[in-house]
Formats: sequence, C-alpha cells, structure tokens
Amino acid sequence: MANTTTPTPDRDISEALGERVRKADADGTPLRIVGGDTKGFYGRPVEGEALSTREHRGITSYDPVELIVSVRTGTPLAELEARLAEHGQMLPFEPPHFGDTATVGGMVATGLSGPRRPWAGAVRDFVLGARVITRAGDEQRFGGEVMKNVAGYDLSRLMVGAQGSLGLLTEVTLKVLPRPSASHSLRLEMPLDQARARLAEWGRQPLPLTAAAWQTGALHLRLEGGPGSVAATRERLGGEDLEADFWEALREQRLAFFSREDARPLWRLSLPYDTPALALDGVAEDDLLYDWAGCQRWLRSELPAETLREACASAGGHATCLTPGAAAPFTPLAPVMAKYHRRLKAELDPKGIFNPGRLYAEL
Amino acid sequence: MNIHFDARLDGELPRRDKAEVLASLQQSVPDLTLLHREEDLHPFECDGLAAYRVLPMLVALPETLDQVVALLKGCRELGVPVVTRGAGTGLSGGALPLEQGVLLVMSRFNRILDVDPDARTARVEPGVRNLAISEAVAPHGLYYAPDPSSQIACSIGGNVAENAGGVHCLKYGLTVHNVMKVEIITIEGERLTLGSEALDAPGFDLLALINGSEGMLGVVTEITVKLLPKPETAKVLMASFDDVGKAGHAVGDIIAAGIIPGGLEMMDNLAIRAAEDFIHAGYPVEAEAILLCELDGVEADVDDDCARVREVLETAGATDIQQAHDEAERALFWAGRKNAFPAVGRMSPDYYCMDGTIPRRELPRVLQGISKLSEQFGLRVANVFHAGDGNMHPLILFDANRPGELEQAEDLGGKILELCVEAGGSITGEHGVGREKINQMCAQFSPEELTTFHAVKAAFDPERLLNPGKNIPTLARCAEFGAMHVHGGELPHPELPRF
Ligand SMILES: Cc1cc2nc3c(=O)[nH]c(=O)nc-3n(C[C@H](O)[C@H](O)[C@H](O)COP(=O)(O)OP(=O)(O)OC[C@H]3O[C@@H](n4cnc5c(N)ncnc54)[C@H](O)[C@@H]3O)c2cc1C
Repeated sequence: MANTTTPTPDRDISEALGERVRKADADGTPLRIVGGDTKGFYGRPVEGEALSTREHRGITSYDPVELIVSVRTGTPLAELEARLAEHGQMLPFEPPHFGDTATVGGMVATGLSGPRRPWAGAVRDFVLGARVITRAGDEQRFGGEVMKNVAGYDLSRLMVGAQGSLGLLTEVTLKVLPRPSASHSLRLEMPLDQARARLAEWGRQPLPLTAAAWQTGALHLRLEGGPGSVAATRERLGGEDLEADFWEALREQRLAFFSREDARPLWRLSLPYDTPALALDGVAEDDLLYDWAGCQRWLRSELPAETLREACASAGGHATCLTPGAAAPFTPLAPVMAKYHRRLKAELDPKGIFNPGRLYAEL
Repeated sequence: MNIHFDARLDGELPRRDKAEVLASLQQSVPDLTLLHREEDLHPFECDGLAAYRVLPMLVALPETLDQVVALLKGCRELGVPVVTRGAGTGLSGGALPLEQGVLLVMSRFNRILDVDPDARTARVEPGVRNLAISEAVAPHGLYYAPDPSSQIACSIGGNVAENAGGVHCLKYGLTVHNVMKVEIITIEGERLTLGSEALDAPGFDLLALINGSEGMLGVVTEITVKLLPKPETAKVLMASFDDVGKAGHAVGDIIAAGIIPGGLEMMDNLAIRAAEDFIHAGYPVEAEAILLCELDGVEADVDDDCARVREVLETAGATDIQQAHDEAERALFWAGRKNAFPAVGRMSPDYYCMDGTIPRRELPRVLQGISKLSEQFGLRVANVFHAGDGNMHPLILFDANRPGELEQAEDLGGKILELCVEAGGSITGEHGVGREKINQMCAQFSPEELTTFHAVKAAFDPERLLNPGKNIPTLARCAEFGAMHVHGGELPHPELPRF
C-alpha cells in the first residue's frame, strides 16, 4: 500500500510553526506536539491544542561520506531509514517505530532505542545538533552539523527524551554508521542464571555482539561485524539459527509477550548490567522478557508501582509504566532533582506551553 | 584581543575584601586548606592557556565533599565567584582564575572508588587522571576509551567539564558517550545525581547537559565511567602523501568504503618534522602529509580492513604505506602524534593551539585557507587533526617576546576559527570555549541562542557565581566585538542588556 502512494513533497513550514508557538506563548495556550502519533502511550496525556509537525518534512542534507544526516522532524522515520539503507548506512540505535507514521521528531523526543543500544549507544549518543523553536517562536540552532562541537551547552542532547517539554524540535542532525557487513542471529537454550553469567563473561571480551535477549529458557543473540569475526563467533557459540526479524519483532513489541490480550500493565525496568533477577512477589519467569543483556526488562505485572520502583531503585535503576492511563508513567524524581527540572522548565518555557505535564505533572 | 575579565562587558563582580573572605571561609569551613599568600597562589595562576595569568584571591583545596558543600555555600553567601579547576591542562582558559574569586581545586579527590568488571564500570573521584583509570582496570582486560593527548595529566572531572575527546573518538565517542553517571554539587550546595548505573535515567538528560558545561553549572564530584573490553588486536597504517589535499580526500574515501577506523589522524609537513625531531617515530620527513589509520577489533576483521584501507590509500595517491610491525612500533607511531604539541613547542618559543571542526569534505579548502592566512600574517602554522571527525588543531608558531606577536597569533587564530564557522563547522571540537573563544561564540551563535544558553545557566546558577565570564558571552560583549550576526541588515545595539 505505502509503495503506491506518491511521497509527500519536502516542505519547510518552520515559519508557520514558529508563528503558532509565538501566538501560543502570547496567549498562554498549551500545545500538544504531535508527530506520527505512534508513541502517545509513552508518557502522560497532554491537554492542549494539537500542533502537528508532519508537514515539516524532508532530509535537508545527507552526505554519506560525512556520516551525517540532517532531517526535518516531521519526516517519516521509515523514509529516513530507507534513504540511509540506499547508501549502506543506518541509525545505529535501531529506534522503534510503533507504527508506519512514526516521525524523526518523535524518535528524538521520546529517546527510545532498540536492541543494539547497549553496544552502539542510544538516540542521544547520535544527536549532533538540533534546531528548536523556542517559546519566542524563533528557530534556534544548537550543536552542529559536524562530528564534534563543544561550543555552548549541549542543548540538542538535552532535548532527547524531554518529550517536547522544553521546545519544539524542527530539525535534527544525526551521526549515522555503515551497516555491518555480516550478521548472524542465534538462539541458545539456557536458564537465566547461566545467561547472566555468560553475558558478564562475554561483556569483558571483544565479541561482535549487538543484541542479547533472554526469554523463557533461551538466550537470543545477534552477532554483527566483519565476516571473519561473525563466522568465528558463530562457530564458538553454536546454538540454533534465529531469524533476523526476531529483533524487529522485539523492538516493535510484536512478540507474543507484548500481546494486548494480556491486560496486566506493561512495565519497562531499566537496570544496571549484571543485576540479578529482582525479588518480586508473584512474578513468574514468563512475566519477564530480558532485553539489552538484562539492562532493559519488560514486565507484565499488577504489582503496585511503588513496589516495582523500590525494587528497581535499590538495584540502581528505575521503572516506567507503558500502559496508557498510568498516573505516573515515569519514576518520580528525587525532590532536589525535581527542583532543578522545574527551574529549567521555568527558564525555557515559563508559560508551560510545550507539552505540559507530558513527563511529570509539574513540568 | 585581551581575554581578561572585563566587568564592563562580562558583568560586574562583587568586590569583597580578601581578608574578610578568608576569615569568613576559615570560620565556616574550619578544616579546609585555603591558600592565600601570593607565593602559594602562583602555581595556580593559569591553565594550559599559559599566555593568560591571573592570581586568584584564594585557592581552596578541599578533601571532602562536605568541605566542597560548605565552601560553595560560604562563597554564595559572600557573593564570591568560584572557578573550579581540575588538573589545569585545559587549553581555553576555562580554569583561568578571577582576581576577586576563589579557585576550587579538585585535585585531592584522586581515588578510584570502585571497579566492577562484570558491569564494566568504574566509579572515580574527579581528580583521578584519565590514564589512571585505564591503568587500574587493565588487569580485567578493560579500558576507558576517551584518550585526550593530555591523558597522563588531565583529570576525569576536567574531561567531563570539557567533554574531552581523543584520537579514538570517531569510533568510541567523546566523554559524553562514555560516562554513565555524574554527581555534582550546585552553587547552592545541593547534591545531584545525573544519569544512573542503568543505561538511562528518568527526567531530562542532565547528564548530557553537564558534559562540556565548563564548570558553569555545578562542581563535578564523582563520575561513573563505562569501560570497554580491550580490542583483540589493533593495527596501524601510516600513509605518506605529497599533497595535503590528497590526504584529506583519502580520509573520506576510507569512510566511504564503510570502514570506521579506531583512529584516523593527519599531520602536515611541519608537524611531521617537529614530531620526528622529538620522538624519532620513523615519520617520513619529506612527506607533505601523513595519515595514521588504526584498525582495531577482532583479528580476522582487522586483517580484512587493513587490506581494504591499503587499497583505498593507494588509489588515493599515497606515496608510501607502512604498517607497524609490532606493538612497540604501533606505540611509536602514536607517540609521534600524541606528542605533536610539545614537539611543535620545541620548534618555536611559543605556540597557540586552535581547535576548530569542519565537515570533513571541507578539509582541503580550509587547509588552503589556513596556509594563505599563515602567509598573510607571516606566522608558521603546523597542522594536526583528528581527521576522522574533522577536528583540526592548527598550531600557530610565534614568539611572545616579540612585541605584538601574541596579538598577531591570536588574530590569526580567530580568523582560522571564523573560516571553520563559514565552512559549516564549529569554533571548538573538544577544548572548550573557556575564556579564549568567548568572542568567537558571537560568530557561531545568534543573540537569541546565547540568551537561551543564559537561561540554562540561570536554572542552575542564577547569581552567576560559577566561573563567570566563561563559555557564554554576554550580548554586550558580542555587540562590542561586532562579530555578532547581523540580522536583516540591522546592526547590533551596544545598549543591549547583558544577560
Ligand atoms: C598537550 C595537551 C594535549 C591535549 N590534548 C587534548 C585532546 O586530545 N583532547 C581534548 O579533548 N583535550 C585535550 N587537551 C585539553 C585538556 O587536557 C582537556 O580539556 C582536559 O579535559 C582538561 O582537564 P583538566 O583536569 O586539566 O581540567 P582544567 O584545565 O583544570 O579545567 C578545565 C575546565 O573544566 C572545569 N572543571 C575542571 N574540573 C571540574 C570539576 N570537577 N567540576 C566542574 N568543572 C570542572 C574548569 O572550571 C574548566 O572550565 C590537551 C591539553 C594539552 C595541554
């Protein structure tokens, strides 16, 4: 279907977006920034006038030799990825789409990364620069269109994961990388404890690992790199072959584990490497899916938020509820942290027009 | 150009009586080492930008976090500005003291608190030297990736404050990519934990914000760094070129071939000769440029990549290609590069190191521009680059004892940075703005953008007591220097508000 529709032409509507923002700031009207509307479930609902970025689209510069691409935030993520793939390149952090309409802006604003994250880095690690419409309605540029730039504070990275609550992202510059020349996925039957021990051991070795997930008695691995190292590691680890699309299904939450038929809330636990299984009452092994070599754990559970958050906090991590309607999807900030968050928000968005309440009620 | 603090352009600083400040701090932080006699202050009068020296009012050498908290609170109450200093190797005057300020030296916080080989992290105090981390974790087969050339001396706290890079950052990233958690203390004496031991943390990415913030937002008191397994093997190729432009093109060709080298560095003839004279690394002194290309990873891949890079270099017109035979020779090839600054320092009474970045494709054109400027100013320029990421370090040779030559060198440096900005680049890739590039910030950012930076600062330090005058220029300064963007044909107004 998508193939037969003519692509929407590139357009720069930053002026119009700026005008909307300027007006909203003058009137004190809250704005609900929407890209492809695929990640609305991630965070608190925003009450406000919808402001769509989808018309603001197009790749403004891409030079594969520079490993740098600049793209307007309304551009469909799929379009960007297809363009990079034409040149044998990719977004190394493997962002989830959660729908065909996902935009680059949503990807950056939510800051969500896929299975390769522990090895390659997260969205924020590949953001080199950003254009942001600030509350005054003018488009400002931070960071740069070069690999390294430490002039001024790193506001472009600060925008990643801020979910539009500090300004309207209109364009981002990203570092991209060549796709690995060889890839192989495999599955090894082993209990969780053994998988953890193995991953800790392999983590200290220069193995070409780029994904590791454990679920119901099996460790799933992806090896990527040069043909030589992938072949050698494959030989060494053995196991059965795994379809490469397993990783996409995991990333897009299409595995059976994520089925909507399971009515229990879906939690994302973010934990340090090598955190043992958390002691949680009534949680069975099947209620958990370990991604990111155990650093990102998906959990189906009715346990109270506080119980989960305490367990995560004592291990040095935090927990996010991804089921829509959660009163506090993100782990509440320590009071002193909340204070500096409020001050930052007050400085950059004193009237609270940018996605108010999306991250936390008071931001 | 004079970069000393100028109250008219940088904002008034409160003037407090030194004896009173000393007495007050001695009372509020009784066990803190406070230096106040002129002869004790001298060692701290400058950082790596040694052309500028200022005696601080006092130097504080705390040993505990409670002392840091008490000192910051005390200074805030007195309205005395605080400049934080790590090892003082910064090249942009970021740790340049203020006459009316306290210099807070973090060097006594030099313990590695914890190494967790399974989680591949190390928790360290800010005064720990960069190289000391890799040395401490080597027995586990791990290392800390960012490797500034100053790594034997610079502190990890200073690295965070500058978002330092090194010769391996094209593949392994800058400090911001290799730090998981940072503890800071704000000017109000509040302790914040930014980031976490997990791969993300709730709320805004303040960890990203603190990296490269040049001591303007808080004092870094603890850092948890990410460690990497040492690559199985690393091989380095050295290619000679009879033309700088060809070498520049070869850099792009390697990357276009889909290869990301661990390090990709370039030096021009003057830098080659200086390094060879100093280190005897076996560099080809006749070459107009050399490229050092390190390929690391798993043996089989590295061998493949070496063969491919060799081909690319030959096609690009390299006149000679050598591969280091063993680890010792590899270390020697790198020693030449890593000692390029001091090597150039031996050729000339003084040198001034620039730090612009450009899109890689602009390298040949910008190099040409630099060589023209060099002729025009009558000052020699040696070029060393982190070529892989387009980060240039032109080294301007001059003699400060000749009247006017320092100013000339600075003017030339300023012109080079403007050339970088014109080419779509930045005035600083890794050394920071500090005091040195405060005026060039006006060329890179608009008044509105600078105002946003000031807003961020105000969220952490509304009274502007942490490192005032550094990193972000006031609008008044930009108006004065005329370099400010001219919007819609209107000239900037000198009566602009300062902040
Ligand atoms: C020969 C030579 C080679 C160099 N090569 C490189 C290179 O390859 N790559 C590179 O990136 N840099 C390089 N540098 C620059 C310098 O070493 C780095 O900027 C380094 O990160 C500075 O660390 P420091 O501890 O010396 O910091 P300092 O010089 O003491 O301070 C630098 C800045 O950080 C702030 N600061 C220091 N400690 C703290 C803290 N604990 N909390 C808050 N703020 C703090 C200071 O206020 C100041 O603004 C080089 C310098 C020299 C002299």
